[in-house]
Amino acid sequence: MAEKILSRRGHRAVYAGDLAVVDVDQVMVVDSIAQSFIERMERDLAAVPKYPERVSIVIDHVAPASTVSVAQAQKEARAYAAATGVRLFDVGRGICHQVLMEERLAQPGWIVLGSDSHSTTYGAVAAFGTGMGATDIALAAASGKTWLRVPESVKVTFSGDLQPGVTAKDAALEMIRVLGADGATYQSIEIHAGDRFTRGERMTLANLCVEAGAKAGLVVPGGEILTGYGYDVPDWVYPDPGADYRQEVEIDLTTLRPRMSAPSEVDNVHDVSALRGLKVDQVFIGTCTNGRIEDLHAAAEVLRGRRVDPSTRLLVIPASSQVMEQALEDGTLLTLQRAGAALGTPGCGPCMGRHQGVLAPGEVCVSTSNRNFIGRMGDKDARVYLASPAVAAATAVMGRIALPGDVEAWVGA
Amino acid sequence: MPRIWKFGDGVNTDDILPGKFAPFMAGEAVFQTFAFHYIRPEFAAQMRPGDVLIGGRNWGLGSSREYAPQALKKLQIGGIIAPSFARIHYRNLLNLGIPAFEADLTGVLEDGDEVTLDVDTGVLTRGADTFQLPPPPEFLREALREGSILAFFKRYGRFPGEPVDPGEPMDGEAR
Repeated sequence: MAEKILSRRGHRAVYAGDLAVVDVDQVMVVDSIAQSFIERMERDLAAVPKYPERVSIVIDHVAPASTVSVAQAQKEARAYAAATGVRLFDVGRGICHQVLMEERLAQPGWIVLGSDSHSTTYGAVAAFGTGMGATDIALAAASGKTWLRVPESVKVTFSGDLQPGVTAKDAALEMIRVLGADGATYQSIEIHAGDRFTRGERMTLANLCVEAGAKAGLVVPGGEILTGYGYDVPDWVYPDPGADYRQEVEIDLTTLRPRMSAPSEVDNVHDVSALRGLKVDQVFIGTCTNGRIEDLHAAAEVLRGRRVDPSTRLLVIPASSQVMEQALEDGTLLTLQRAGAALGTPGCGPCMGRHQGVLAPGEVCVSTSNRNFIGRMGDKDARVYLASPAVAAATAVMGRIALPGDVEAWVGA
Repeated sequence: MPRIWKFGDGVNTDDILPGKFAPFMAGEAVFQTFAFHYIRPEFAAQMRPGDVLIGGRNWGLGSSREYAPQALKKLQIGGIIAPSFARIHYRNLLNLGIPAFEADLTGVLEDGDEVTLDVDTGVLTRGADTFQLPPPPEFLREALREGSILAFFKRYGRFPGEPVDPGEPMDGEAR
């Protein structure tokens, strides 16, 4: 699929290992690097965006602003958007990847570049999404193009059916465990899942592909992508039956158990049951990995009629304003609020340790996010465990790492 | 004389510069002083311009933050040598003009070794020992002769390796 999209957008047939210069359908800039982006555009390139309608700035990584310097950076981003005509999504609209998906700024067969490594998320709709730094992003905005070495592909096939309490996050963590943190470096992961998984779940799978080092994480269109959103899925985007793969992996969902990444590498994946009972200070449900409506529903299902254990705290941050609206309308947020959750403004929250719930030395956090590196969410001696929203919610109720089934057993006791 | 700073496998972007010390948070003038703040807290104060970093597999995994290598550039490191680099980070190093070589020297060099690194020839010398490092990939040399990909683009209005004539649209192409 990667070869096909890059060939199409590069106007010539290219194969793994070739250098391709390709048209870019959408360039996404986050608040963290907006000043660098503007400096590259204005000072280094003396250029304006070639296609302003193909550039979006999203204020999400520290939103609302936590300090004067952050506020200043965001003020400059707004002024730049107003002056150049690029799109800007301001404080509260949500996390870049969720917002672009909702706004249909990622479509099957497109190339979407983001100044955020989790731009692989767009592979959920078979868009070649990939992350780049400020200079590459500025070059793409100025030229409408980028250069890429055409990646080899790793085929990951999901078979069987998830059991109750097991989610797409567990499937994604299992994929990272099998491939390893550099198992797909310079490669594209191609996920074959038939009609399984909603768009939101496919976003979770594609999102975490970068944690195996992948350039892109393309999910073969199926299920809701074909029936639910009215996407125009071109025939050419599907992989050829005899396509070459560098590596092929099959994961049986039927036997998969809830998974958890222990500190301090994402590929340090264990069965939740092996870590069960560890005392937890904070639980965080949100982020581009797991802040969608499916995720809030999964958490509410566990928390309905229950309370967060007094020895811990639960932070819930919806991924976007649309998710928040839906969760307000269907009562999910009320369920979470009554359970004792602290609700936050749609955005990245404490995922990268900047605001809204950073950790003290020695604290333990179970988070639905995507990285558990040393110091990621606060102090270097804080520890972060990555899990699904269902496991996170069960952990909040118990005050200790727990499985959703543990909550049932505890209430019944 | 430049010295070696030796790191292990999987040095990630939060190790290089934690997200909370990004320039828009810590300040443009001082963010580089937080390089390796958690894993080598003495680094920023004790390193000297020209010092060379060596690491293990998958150097720079994680975030796309260009300000992580930017911090190392501000500190004027001489180069980074590791057997493999994470791809976004490698592009960022390239764009900032930080010499990056794919080689595993963790078994032969030690922290504090005094070395010289000739980035043009890729020759690293420690006393009587010399190590020939592999050159950058061929398609990048065209850009590096101009200084950077950005400089190449600014001069020629196209990317290195990009055909001067745009190709014909492929069958059924959207635009």
